Amino acid sequence: MLILECPYCGVKAEETELSPGYEAHLKRYGPGSSDEEFEAYMFARKNPKGVHFERWRHVYGCGKWFLAARDTATLEVFGTYPAQSKEPPADLVAKIKARRPAWEGYK
Amino acid sequence: MRYSGFRVIAEALIGHRGWKPIWRDPTPQAEYDYIIIGGGGHGLATAYYLAKEFRQARIAVLEKGYLGGGNVGRNTTIIRSNYLLDGNEPFYEFSLKLWEGLEQDFNYNAMVSQRGIINLIHTDAQRDAFTRRGNAMVLNGADAEMLSRDQVRAMYPFLNFDNARFPIKGAIMQRRGGTVRHDAVAWGYARGADSRGVDLIQNCEVMGMRIENGRIRGVETSRGFIGAKKVGVAVAGSSSRVMGMAGMRLPIESHVLQAFVSEGLKPLIDGVMTFGAGHFYVSQSDKGGLVFGGDIDGYNSYAQRGNLPVIEDVAEGGMALMPMLGRARLLRTWGGIMDMSMDGSPIIDRTGIEGLYFNGGWCYGGFKATPASGWCFAHLLATDTPHATATAYRFDRFLKGLMIDEKGQGATPNLH
Ligand SMILES: Cc1cc2nc3c(=O)[nH]c(=O)nc-3n(C[C@H](O)[C@H](O)[C@H](O)COP(=O)(O)OP(=O)(O)OC[C@H]3O[C@@H](n4cnc5c(N)ncnc54)[C@H](O)[C@@H]3O)c2cc1C
Ligand SMILES: [Zn+2]
Repeated sequence: MLILECPYCGVKAEETELSPGYEAHLKRYGPGSSDEEFEAYMFARKNPKGVHFERWRHVYGCGKWFLAARDTATLEVFGTYPAQSKEPPADLVAKIKARRPAWEGYK
Repeated sequence: MRYSGFRVIAEALIGHRGWKPIWRDPTPQAEYDYIIIGGGGHGLATAYYLAKEFRQARIAVLEKGYLGGGNVGRNTTIIRSNYLLDGNEPFYEFSLKLWEGLEQDFNYNAMVSQRGIINLIHTDAQRDAFTRRGNAMVLNGADAEMLSRDQVRAMYPFLNFDNARFPIKGAIMQRRGGTVRHDAVAWGYARGADSRGVDLIQNCEVMGMRIENGRIRGVETSRGFIGAKKVGVAVAGSSSRVMGMAGMRLPIESHVLQAFVSEGLKPLIDGVMTFGAGHFYVSQSDKGGLVFGGDIDGYNSYAQRGNLPVIEDVAEGGMALMPMLGRARLLRTWGGIMDMSMDGSPIIDRTGIEGLYFNGGWCYGGFKATPASGWCFAHLLATDTPHATATAYRFDRFLKGLMIDEKGQGATPNLH
């Protein structure tokens, strides 16, 4: 069972309380952007085997969106953090690096 | 060796000592005209049609594990051509026609069984939508029939017809749909390809691509560099990883889909059935097990196993539809990694790199597509033009806003 701690209400929620929101930290493009930028934002995904940063919603809890770092091959959870973060927090990145020395880092 | 009834009798007389392994185990050559990455259904079918229909030679299939160990050996074996949109329906109908002649074509028993598929209707809106779909199917040369509630009851009297929330009001049926023995599809194509000179190379993982001046030169593998004029990628759930080796980022996410089989039961369900109010579909294998499934787990995964909440969700769907299911014990569950595209439809196309071609994004409906996917990919590889039924499966449909969105739901990686 996948368990993520909601960074807002502190609840350790199992996956039936949560709703997945796919890749995190996508740069949004809207009107005025080029077709290629918009396509990449809407459709192109990193889809790594390994460390993945993703969005989740605590849908049957506080209802808020948050972000998580998880390994898509082992299903290990590295941590969660608020949705307002522009990129993964440094301490989380350090923690992942320690656990996955071969990881190329957040890009 | 050609298989036939006569052959079985002749072998019986000599104590079955004449049967041979059905493919060779060749060492890779230094270079090929065509390399197909991925020894699943699609890769093997591609190699088979390249050799047989397009008369090409010097072909190799590179498989990181063993042939048929991926999704082709993990799926719930349903074939059908009940799509709505023009970009899809002619392709899937082409595939169903190929299934109908497949066993004769590749001289192998794949147990193609056109036992019929019904999609149940629970609301008036659903009946309207299915009627429209049925009309689209018929216009594209496929078969479709609307069934009344009584017709469904005559087929499957044990269903929960009067469920207060999801009463069964009828169904759409495609009689030519059904099931196929999935492993045998991989083996039949493998044998057919091997006997036409294709090298099937197992335990050979592609780990990099050699690209020079925008042109593919070959692939780096766990068994060394292998040169190639053209490389076709058909690796299902590993699509993003392998195309990442060529610097591409795909409109695809990898997700796990689970399947389930019950203990063996007496004959109960002679066709394929889908619940229209929740996600649950079921058929019965020839060994008697009820084979069923439902939704993907919902979050990115490369783990070939799923989690318990989806098992519960699928069981609930099954219980809502056929309460007697609660008496059956579950024998096994397993998972496969799906290449979920962002509009739910596949891609069979060239890439920006000369000589590199891609086949993927099959979501969880790619088994039924196997023959047509192989044929169309072989067509593209051999002629550099898309097959007439696969012209919509282009990469640039995402750029141009021409998504093939069967359900009209927009871009998410959790569609069929
Ligand atoms: C549980 C489940 C149920 C399903 N039910 C149905 C159904 O009822 N009907 C239907 O139509 N479809 C169904 N599908 C979908 C269908 O199985 C797939 O869409 C289809 O099999 C994918 O194509 P394939 O057979 O070529 O894939 P695979 O068999 O997965 O082949 C891809 C191959 O590529 C190899 N590979 C990956 N990376 C590399 C590399 N770097 N180097 C070399 N080789 C590599 C893999 O080892 C694998 O063997 C289901 C799938 C699952 C998991
Ligand atoms: Zn919360």
